[in-house]
Amino acid sequence: MSKIGVFICHCGENISATVDVEKVAEVAGTLDGVEYSTHYKYMCSDPGQSLIKQTIKEKGLTGVVVAACSPRMHEPTFRKACAEAGLNPYLCEMANLREHCSWVHEKSDATTQKASDIVRTLVEKVKHNKPLQSIKVPITKKALVIGGGIAGIQASLDIANAGHQVVLVEKDPSIGGHMSQLSETFPTLDCSQCILTPRMVEVAQHPNITMMTYSELEKLEGSIGNFKATIRKKAKSVDEKMCTGCGLCTTKCPNKKIPSEFNTGLGTRTAIYVPFPQAVPNKPVIDKANCTYYQKGKCKICEKTCPTGAICFDQEDEFVELEVGAIVVATGFNVMETSEFAEYGYGKYKDVINGLQFERLASASGPTLGEIRRPSDGKIPEKIVFIACAGSRDPAKGKPYCSKICCMYTAKHAMLYQHKVHGGHSYVFYMDIRAAGKNYDEFTRRAIVEDEVNYIRGRVSRVYEENGKLIVKGVDTLLNAKPVEIEADMVVLATAGVANPGSEELAQRMHISYDAYNFFSEAHPKLKPVETNTVGIFLAGACQAPKDIPETVSQASGAAAKVAILFSQDELSRDPAIAVVNRCAPPLFSTCVGCFMCATACPYNAIGEELIKNRNGEVIKRVAKVNPGLCQGCGTCVAFCRSKSIDIDGYTNEQMYSEVMALLNND
Amino acid sequence: MTGSSREYNESLLAISKAAGIELVEITDWNCCGATAAHNLNKELSVSLPARNLALAEFDGMEELVVPCAACYNRLVMTQHELNEDSNLKARIAEKLKMPLKNSIKILNVLQFLEKYFIPRLDELVKYPLTYDVACYYGCLLVRPNKVMHVERWEDPMAMDIIMQKLGANAIDWPFKTECCGAGFSVSKPEIVGELSGKIVRNAVGNGAKAIVVACPMCHSNLDMRRPAIESYLNKKVDIPVIYITQAIALAMGIAPKEAGIQRHFVPVNLTVNR
Repeated sequence: MSKIGVFICHCGENISATVDVEKVAEVAGTLDGVEYSTHYKYMCSDPGQSLIKQTIKEKGLTGVVVAACSPRMHEPTFRKACAEAGLNPYLCEMANLREHCSWVHEKSDATTQKASDIVRTLVEKVKHNKPLQSIKVPITKKALVIGGGIAGIQASLDIANAGHQVVLVEKDPSIGGHMSQLSETFPTLDCSQCILTPRMVEVAQHPNITMMTYSELEKLEGSIGNFKATIRKKAKSVDEKMCTGCGLCTTKCPNKKIPSEFNTGLGTRTAIYVPFPQAVPNKPVIDKANCTYYQKGKCKICEKTCPTGAICFDQEDEFVELEVGAIVVATGFNVMETSEFAEYGYGKYKDVINGLQFERLASASGPTLGEIRRPSDGKIPEKIVFIACAGSRDPAKGKPYCSKICCMYTAKHAMLYQHKVHGGHSYVFYMDIRAAGKNYDEFTRRAIVEDEVNYIRGRVSRVYEENGKLIVKGVDTLLNAKPVEIEADMVVLATAGVANPGSEELAQRMHISYDAYNFFSEAHPKLKPVETNTVGIFLAGACQAPKDIPETVSQASGAAAKVAILFSQDELSRDPAIAVVNRCAPPLFSTCVGCFMCATACPYNAIGEELIKNRNGEVIKRVAKVNPGLCQGCGTCVAFCRSKSIDIDGYTNEQMYSEVMALLNND
Repeated sequence: MTGSSREYNESLLAISKAAGIELVEITDWNCCGATAAHNLNKELSVSLPARNLALAEFDGMEELVVPCAACYNRLVMTQHELNEDSNLKARIAEKLKMPLKNSIKILNVLQFLEKYFIPRLDELVKYPLTYDVACYYGCLLVRPNKVMHVERWEDPMAMDIIMQKLGANAIDWPFKTECCGAGFSVSKPEIVGELSGKIVRNAVGNGAKAIVVACPMCHSNLDMRRPAIESYLNKKVDIPVIYITQAIALAMGIAPKEAGIQRHFVPVNLTVNR
């Protein structure tokens, strides 16, 4: 006879404001097999957990139902409490009264009735629960970091310094990411490359880090502790071991007019190229789409030039399989192109550029060697207009969110312009100045007060060209609100930060969730900011949402710490909710007839065969057997089994039917 | 369409007749409410156009061609609001005492021309136009974009494409959808002088020999308010402003008088190669 305890949680007012919790407790107390039922304000709190533990001991409970929030939130909490009181944790179930009831309904008798029904189904389930033991899985103590920007670099170094092996995968020919493109950084105006490049070198030289550039994640299988990742190493057409990085080939390549990605199209590069002089690794790759040899079958000048014979045109993409225990996703972000702005000319004006392009103009390593010269004719602009929130906070552009970094970098841009162009005039059109951060507001004030940047609070309705000038039509909304027209020489749009192209496919490949804007979703917005919904996969940097360097670095170190915590254990406990083929007394041994329909249905290749033998070693029966290390508990095999011989522990057919019957037998 | 913009009406009817298309006026149509209604009373601003929609449907029409851009805007907005809000739709139908399916297809002049003239232009155009023109769309044909769904809504191309097909060179210019001053024409013509002045100045500066419009409001501001424009620009400007329907009429070889070319304040001296 079951002795079940039912514990109803108010969740502050989250449940009790719409559900009559006293009534639910009262109804639960009358259910067959329920020994005890009560309600409490915060069941997950220490007194709440103590109440459960005490009741288990005093009443000798054989099962527990906690009616509270989603099991995603607190199932581990309550199962742990039960275990501490000596009850097998898998005899504890949660009834989700919050997400499934109180949050989605108004206060009414029907809502309370639904809550009671949910509790009743779980009571019926618990009656059929059996004690289970968690499965122990060994952990592969090697991490995969995807993305070699500052986020991936920081995460890799931290994990490597904790003593673990790291494989850093970067899709471009060099690590460094957007940070290597930046000029100076706010709020200190220290040079971005000066602080970044030493770290890039550290990554390359670290004994625990294996760097794979020009590579992408092709496939991901497995789960926490034991992922199997397939990496596509794109053909560089250059033998990395032979190449010394002398760069002779890049000086001789006849294709010199290819827009440089690193210089955001403001400079050019050759077909065989190193993205920038400080690249790590400092070895070239051949861009096949722009190479004369690959396109027309003739040229091979680089091959003739190379003193070490490192050019190999017949190199093909290589696939590398890696076994890793944890993954840090640090794939970064991008910015909207100026062509996406109808009102600012659909990208047709050469001197309307985006913020990242301005970074290249202001950078000492940029196409103008750090002089602010406009792209159309190379003149130094006497008047420059910065437009903040270009796309951001604009539902009409499909980007209702704040990109967070633009207020600060726009202030920095205007400041750099004033420092570099003496006597120049700069204007910033803004909605609000969002400068929350250590020394941030002081920085924007400095731009306004010391560097005399003209801040105009208002939006710009149009930018057009007239008589060689860019006319910026906007509005000043402060005091004597009036239309403003500025005849500028150059316009910089602080375009919205957006997810990298291909993020959606990457997320689907890794089975992690992403939001409406294709940024990867954290597991909990407050309490699990570096985790994803897939355990063992962590997030770092702007692939989760636009963020600045300090925040990116903090998150990367956070993700690295999570990996180190995981790797501090030798094995991992896994939920025992996996498929099991039944066993019974001889002469039947199992109801399984060995048809192996289950094996064809299994998406994880987790089902093999087992030969049941007699004492003489003769095979009596051939049945299916589940590999607990591979089974993910999806239950597809259960649906396929014709003799009902396979079941999921903790979610057996018997348990599911009891739940359904409890609802159908509603009086 | 019978008063200050009668030449728009005349030219539309002339080209339709010449192309063998019969246009039928809605029986007992009423004012769309214009700016006045939708500034003062939301329900009235929807009821007035809704009655026209109901009448057209009652007449068994499937398409409604609306040459006036303001009327077009009010009718499309009404159709949109009625489709968004079934309670409002029921209430208005009750008020009108008429069934309101709200399914009639509303076409502005550009859409009408695209559908019925563009496929036949080779056959209809006898005297291709040869000059540079600035196509000016104004606001009512393209805004709000979430209802109008115009491609490249800050730089629309529909009229440019038609003009190119007539042989003219539609210039690339930035003022296609800038404000002409609209209703300030009556209360503060000097504002129209400034706003329309900038439009005219840019069109001339970019080499246009004529401005082409598809909206009576735009036309009256750019044409009738030329003295205010000239006083803002401080110089005489003689660029003519014609309706797209008049441009087609000229290209089709219809007599200029039939298309009301003589009715403008700024004389139209566009030569046609006959």
